[in-house]
Order: sequence, then C-alpha cells, then structure tokens
Amino acid sequence: MNFSEVFKQSNHLCKISPDGKYLATCVQYRLVVRDVSTLQILNLYTCLDQISHMEWSSDSQFILCAMYKRALVQVWSLEQPDWHCKIDEGSIGLVASRWSPDGRHILNTTEFHLRITVWSLCTKAVSYIKNPKACHKGIDFSRDGCYMALAERRDCKDYVCVFVCDDWHLLRHFETETQDLAGLEWSPNGCVLAVWDSCLEYKVLLYSLDGRLLSTYSAYEWSLGVKCVAWSPSSQFLAIGSYDEKVRILNHITWKKIAQFEHPATVTSTKVVVYKEVEKRSAAGSEEHTLHNITMGSSLLSRRSKYEIHPAPVQMPVVRPDPDRANPKIGVSTLAFSSDSRYLATKNDNMASVIWVWDMQKMSLEAVLEQTSAVRCFQWDPKRSRLAMCTGNTKVYLWTPTGCVSVEVPSDGGFQVQLLTWHCHGDPLILLGKEQLCLCYTNTGTEDK
Amino acid sequence: MLLTDTVSSDVKDVGNNSIKCHTPPLMGYLDQPPLTLHRTSYMHMNFCNEHNVPECVLSLGLPPVWTQSGSSSDVNVVSLLNCVYELLQLHRRGLQTVENMEMEQLKSSNSVDSLQLTITRLKEQLELAKRENTGLLERERQLQLKVKSLQNSLKSEKEEIHKLQNIVSSRASQYNHEMKRKERELNKLKERLNQLLVDKKEKRLAIDVSNKLGRADGKRSLWKTEKTVAKHEGEMYKTLLRDYESRQKELLLENAELRKVLKQMKKEMVAILSSRKPNVNGDKQDNGVDSDEEEEGIDSCKESVELFSVHAREKLTNGVRRQLKKLKTHVERLDSRVHLGGTIFCEDTENVPQDTSKEMGKLRLEARQCKDYIQKQQHLLQQKLSAQCEEETSAMLADCHMFQEKDCLRDEWKTLEGQRKSFERERRNFTEAAIRLSEERKTFEEERATWLKHQFLNSSPFADSKKPQSHCAFQTRDEGQYCFLISAVAEKEPSRASLPERAVTSPTPGCAPSVSSSTSDLLHTLSIICENRYMFLPVLW
Repeated sequence: MNFSEVFKQSNHLCKISPDGKYLATCVQYRLVVRDVSTLQILNLYTCLDQISHMEWSSDSQFILCAMYKRALVQVWSLEQPDWHCKIDEGSIGLVASRWSPDGRHILNTTEFHLRITVWSLCTKAVSYIKNPKACHKGIDFSRDGCYMALAERRDCKDYVCVFVCDDWHLLRHFETETQDLAGLEWSPNGCVLAVWDSCLEYKVLLYSLDGRLLSTYSAYEWSLGVKCVAWSPSSQFLAIGSYDEKVRILNHITWKKIAQFEHPATVTSTKVVVYKEVEKRSAAGSEEHTLHNITMGSSLLSRRSKYEIHPAPVQMPVVRPDPDRANPKIGVSTLAFSSDSRYLATKNDNMASVIWVWDMQKMSLEAVLEQTSAVRCFQWDPKRSRLAMCTGNTKVYLWTPTGCVSVEVPSDGGFQVQLLTWHCHGDPLILLGKEQLCLCYTNTGTEDK
Repeated sequence: MLLTDTVSSDVKDVGNNSIKCHTPPLMGYLDQPPLTLHRTSYMHMNFCNEHNVPECVLSLGLPPVWTQSGSSSDVNVVSLLNCVYELLQLHRRGLQTVENMEMEQLKSSNSVDSLQLTITRLKEQLELAKRENTGLLERERQLQLKVKSLQNSLKSEKEEIHKLQNIVSSRASQYNHEMKRKERELNKLKERLNQLLVDKKEKRLAIDVSNKLGRADGKRSLWKTEKTVAKHEGEMYKTLLRDYESRQKELLLENAELRKVLKQMKKEMVAILSSRKPNVNGDKQDNGVDSDEEEEGIDSCKESVELFSVHAREKLTNGVRRQLKKLKTHVERLDSRVHLGGTIFCEDTENVPQDTSKEMGKLRLEARQCKDYIQKQQHLLQQKLSAQCEEETSAMLADCHMFQEKDCLRDEWKTLEGQRKSFERERRNFTEAAIRLSEERKTFEEERATWLKHQFLNSSPFADSKKPQSHCAFQTRDEGQYCFLISAVAEKEPSRASLPERAVTSPTPGCAPSVSSSTSDLLHTLSIICENRYMFLPVLW
C-alpha cells in the first residue's frame, strides 16, 4: 500500500468528482481542485466565506460551495474558471444546499425549513416548494435522477411529494400513515420508496413509484423503533436496523421479513471468524510473523497492531447506555451493503468498537471485527468486496473475505483518521483527518493478509 | 380342684366305706360319673384301707369320727353327719364359685367380643382417617404447586411491568427531548421574526450568474402542458412496468427451474421405488408406479400446452408428495428389517444393508484418506512457514528443487569458461603469431621487393620466361603494388594461407588495423575455428 503526501482540508469537505478524474478539497474559504492521478492542483477558487458544504454536479463540470452563515451559494466551473455564479438567499437563511441530478438546478433549504428554493442555472428561474419536513432524511433523488421524493408536513400530518426532476412537475402527492416521518429512500431501481417513522414507533412503509402503498412492516410496538434503513444495491433486500439491537431483512417480492440478524454480547457460532485487534508496543526484533501481521514502517514510539483470530465463544465489550437519556447509544445505527449485495456490514452502538459482517447469500454472520476503540466510519469498496474502516487513530483497517489488515498511515505529526471514502473506481481510498487529507493506494496485487 | 377331687373321692371312699358301713342313702347326692367312681374305688384302695382309717380321717382334716371306745370301729354318726354336712357345704360353695366363675367367664367373653367389635370398628376408622390424610396431603401438594406457578406468573408479570415502565420512561424522555427541541426552534423562530420585523433593510434574494448555462442533456426545455403531464405519467408507468416485467421474467425462470428439479426428483424416486423387487406390499407399489408412469405421459404432453395450469402444478406436486411418502415408508420398512435381522428377507433387502454398509465403509475410508491428506498438507505448509522464518535455511531451500539443473548449468558454464579461456589464449597466440608473421612477411616482402628491384634493374631486357605473364601486367605499377605481384605469385601456389595476404598488404598506410582484421581472416582461413565449437569467440577486433 502506498500513501500520498498529506494535504490540508477543513470541515471534512473533500470529494471526488463523479467521473473519478478530479479531487476537490476545501481549505477554509478556498476550493482546491486537483487531478486524482497526479494530485497536481488544476484550479483554485476563492469563496466569500468559510465553506460549509461542497458538492460536485453530476456531470463533474461544476462545484457548488455553500456558506450557511452568510446564506450564500457559489458555483464554480471547471471548464471556464472565469465563469461565476452566486446565489444569495438573503435574510431567509440557508441550512442545506444540494444539486439536482441534472446538474443545472440547485435546491436550497432555508432556515427553519420554511421552504426549498429551486434555482435554475439555465433560466435563472426560481421555484418554491413549501412545507418541507425537517427530519433526518427528508429529500431523496432516485438513482437514475428522474424523480425526487420530498417529505412534507402540513397540519400535523405527513405527506410525500414525488417530483419529476426534468421540469419539477409534481407527479404524486400522498399522505403517509406515519406518526412522525423520519426519512425516506428510493430503492436503487427507482420503483419503490421506503418511508420510515421516527424512533417512537416502529413502522416502515413501502410505496410504489405511483404512490400506492405496497406494504407496511412493523416488528414490535412500544419500544424504540427504527434507527437506520438501507437498500441493497440489487434492490432485493431492505435492511432495517432498530434500537433492539437487531437487523431485519425484508425481501422485495413479498415485503416480509426473511431474516433477522442479532448482535449478542457473546458470539458462539464456530463458523464465524472473529478478528480482534491487538495493540502492542513495537520492540526491535521481537516482531512475530503470523499470518495476520502487517505493519507499515512507522516510528518506534507508535503502537503497532495486528489482528488475531479468536475461536468461539468470544465476548464482546458492551457499554450500557443511560436509559433515561434521549437518543440512547443503543441499537444498530449504521448499515452498509457491499456493492455486489453479497455482504452487509453493521455496527451496534452498544458495542461501538465491533463491526459485524453478514453474508447475504447464507443469511448468517460471516465475520466479527473487534477494534481497540470505537469505529468512526466504514465504507465498502464500490468495485470489490472490501471494507475499509477507521477508529480515529492513525491506522486504517481493511477487511476482505480472505483476511483482515491494519495499516498505519505514515505521517510526521500523526494522522488521526476520522473519515474515509473510496474513489468511485475503487482505488484510491481517501482518508480524512481533523485538518488533513491523505490518499491511500491499495494495489490488489500486493495485498497481504 | 385336686383337693375337691380328693375330697370328693374321699367322700366316695367314705361313702364306700359307709356303704361298707351300711349308709346307702348318701349315694343319691353323689352323681359322679362311673369313671370317677371307678377312680375313687381305685383311690380307695390306695388312700385308705382298714389299718389307717383314723389317719386318713385326720389327713382329710376332719375331726375324728370315731370315739376311741373299744376296738370296735363304731363311727360317731354325729361327727360323721357334721363332716358330711361340711362336705356338702363345701361342695355347694364350690358349685357356687363355679357358677360365679362361669358367669364371670361369660361376662368376660362378652366383653371380649364387644372389645373385638370395637377394635374392628376402630381399625376401619383408622383406615378411613389414613385415607383422608393422604388425600389431604395430595391436595396440599397440588396447592403448593399452584402456589409456585402463581408466584412464577407473578414474577413474570412484575418483570413485564418493569419492562413496560422502562419503555414508558424511555418514550417519555424521548418526548421530552423532542419537545425541548421544538421549543428551542420556536424560540429561534420568534427571535428571527422579531429581528425581521425590526430590521427594515431586507436583503433580497437574488441569483447572479455570469452567463446562463445550457441544459445538461442539450435539449430545450418544454412548457408545462397537459401533454407533458401525460408524458410524465407515461414515463413513470413505463418504469414501473419495466421493473415488474423484469421481475416476472426472473420469477418465470426460477419457476421453470424449480419445476424441472421437481420432475427430476419425481423421476428418480419412481426409479428407486420400481427397482426394488415386489415385496409384501408389492401390489400397492406397482399400482403406484403404473399410475405415476401414466402421469408422466400426461405431464409431458401437457407441458407444451399450459405451463401455468394450476391443475398441472397440483398434479406435479401431489405426485411428488406421493412418491416421497412411498419412499419414506419403504425406507422405514428397510430400517425395521435391518433392526430385526430376521431370515425372512428376500435377496434384495438382504443385500441392501450389506451394500449400504459396504458403501459406508468405503466412504469412511475415503474420508479418512482425505483427512490424512489434508493433515499432511497442513503439516507441510506449517513446515514451510516455519522454514520461511529461518533465514539461513530459507535461502538454501529457496531453489531446492532446481539443484540438479543448477549443477548441470554450473558444470556447463565451467566447461564453457575453460573453453573460452583456451580460445582466448589461442587467439592471443594467433594474434601474436599473426603479428609476427605479418612483420616477417613485411620484412620478407621488403627484401623481396628490393631483391626483385635489384633483379629487375640488373636483369636483361629479355624477360625471363619463367616469370609469369601476370608479372608483366603489374610491372607498370608502383612499388606499393608489389604486393599484387606477390599475390600473383602466391596465386601460382594456391594455398589458402596466402589469400589473406592480399587483404593484409593492400592498403599500405593502413597496415596496422588491417593486421587485426587479418588475424580473424587468418584464423578463419586457417580453419582452426570450428564453428560449432568456437561460437563464443566474438569478432571484437
């Protein structure tokens, strides 16, 4: 594995263009665009204030920079650096800004979610969408970019509006049977919309594209409900993670539960591979050459770690949260399917340092990875079955079905990896620290276990 | 009683005596059985006789009945009567006591009977009481069980309550949190509203673009009309339909696959069942097989007609179920037979357990072999890994399987090196020799040239006939071209050694380099170089 040099970034704003050629980073109020292969700076733009949000347009030609404090949005062009565009929301404020899928419209959400303003860069026209709901995930675009689903709250009732992104025509508008809609998500094939209720009620509703209710799913009553939802890339499965530390999988034909994944404190199955990260202070000449030991060159003072396989049964470290507080750190909070829908990675907030990898073909637990500290971020490689994760220390971890690797990021001052994203073509892996950014090139040929 | 007996016997005696002494009326009072009479008469003979009458009287405790007056044994009638009266009294008293005792005995027997009765009654009561006791114990036990179960249910209820309380409390805290959040937002809104009302200078929202962009797809945007609305609806339904169609296709394929598998299963089951010889229940099986064969025929022709016919589907599934049931019964029968181990088997069923056992044995052997193989491989792998850790042996063992070839290569290389060295030597020798030769030649040529010059100069106008004509041809040339003369001379004697001389001395100024080229030519023409041996000799000069 090779690492590039360390660059500066602020606010964890670092994105690769959709076509995979450019890397855009924000450093305070500057926008830096680099070429991904050479990491040379191609363009440098200066915005009027510190950038809060940055996004590429779908055709990789434009970049949107939003400054929430000043309610400004500036758009930059890669082809013509002289071209400029500034959107001023004025006194109504700005809390969110995003591109439309065609890359020619910008949707700004005003403060207090009073309305969503749709600015057209082609015609300079403005449209308004009223009463958008302020919830966890109130807007979702379908993957083909044709439709947009928006959650609306009017007269204490929840509605879903489906717009055609072509001309912002309101295709469907229907009420949902939720108490307090928390989020909605299109299936990858764009035909089904999953809508879920807030955590006070376990309810997941599935609507067809034309607004018909296909199915309702509720696993239990009264206890805290859905925490997160994820579609499998093949649209075959819908994974629902809830506060009772379980993941339920629904199938796309009958919309009934076909599997239930539990996260117990003790893993007893012998078919599961349990990887445990073990840290040890490096002493010269005392390195063990086991199958699972890969250490990169680093300073002697740093702690090296390796993975050990533990035979079942294995006990996981559990943290019981305070039951009196709201939004308790309990339950499955993050779900991620691999790109071929073969694997599902989950994280249970009780055991925040453990990642569970499930095999979707066998519908059973495949591997358990226990880290030394709480996992902050994990993401699947968009091309291969590889899971990268970080825990806020100076290492990045990779899991493949054949084994597990822990790699130290070489840097002078100590690079604390807080976030990571994969390039859309699978290589390199972008690591984000507090104020720094580094690229990690994983050559599949030299990958070791 | 003996006393009374003896008394009565003595009375008898006396009676007898009195009989002897002539007192017969006393006999009526004594109704003794003849036996005792007999006895008394016997006793009479022993107890008293003529000589000890007074002693007997005394021993009987009676006052003497005789008055000792004279030798005659005159009996005192008064005292005798008194004695008799006393005896009778005694007797009466005895009878009385006997009566009393009989009475008492009756009474006691009565009381015994009554006691017995009470005993049986009490025993029955005891039995009853015991039974009641066990019944009560039983009831107590059941009640205890009930108490325990009730306690358990109470505990579970309490737990549920506790859980519900927890849920309620978490929900309450969540609600509170949400409420607080909403209140905060409301406050912010109020502040903002105030701010806006106060702040007159409202900043207008505006967009400032240096130039408008074209659409991403290059098309012109359309007006919103009913047509576009309809178009959008159409597009949406098309997407949905496409998705459903693809899903339906997938499901059809899956169905076809499953149907194929089912059919195959059925065929195989039929084959298994029909291959068995007809057993006791052979008839049923045959019938079943026949019916299934019929069905097979029906199914195959129906296949082409309707794939979705519910009837055909049901027939298929029912057929499979039936076959499976038959197979199950057959296997159960086999199992039972195997257990029994009787001699009623027909050959088929006898072979079946043997075959299966043989196969099992084979499979076990195979499994063992595989395990051994795997273990060996693991062992080797471990060895290899452990060997890898040791750096000393690793390098050694790195190319262990190439040693032979390496050795061969080394030997060859050695020979080749030796050959090369020898060639080098030879080449050097040759070059030296060639150099020497060329120098000698040179001197020789010079001498010859001078000699020829002299000869020529000294010679007569009449040329020597011996000299070849070629000489004359070259006569007009320079001295420098005497080499051709020489070469012409050399031609006369065609020896290969001389050929390169031409090349050697042709360019006189450039002799030195030509020497080098000559060496190779020399060597070449000397045919010392055997091509196939001396391929390594580079022509590097």
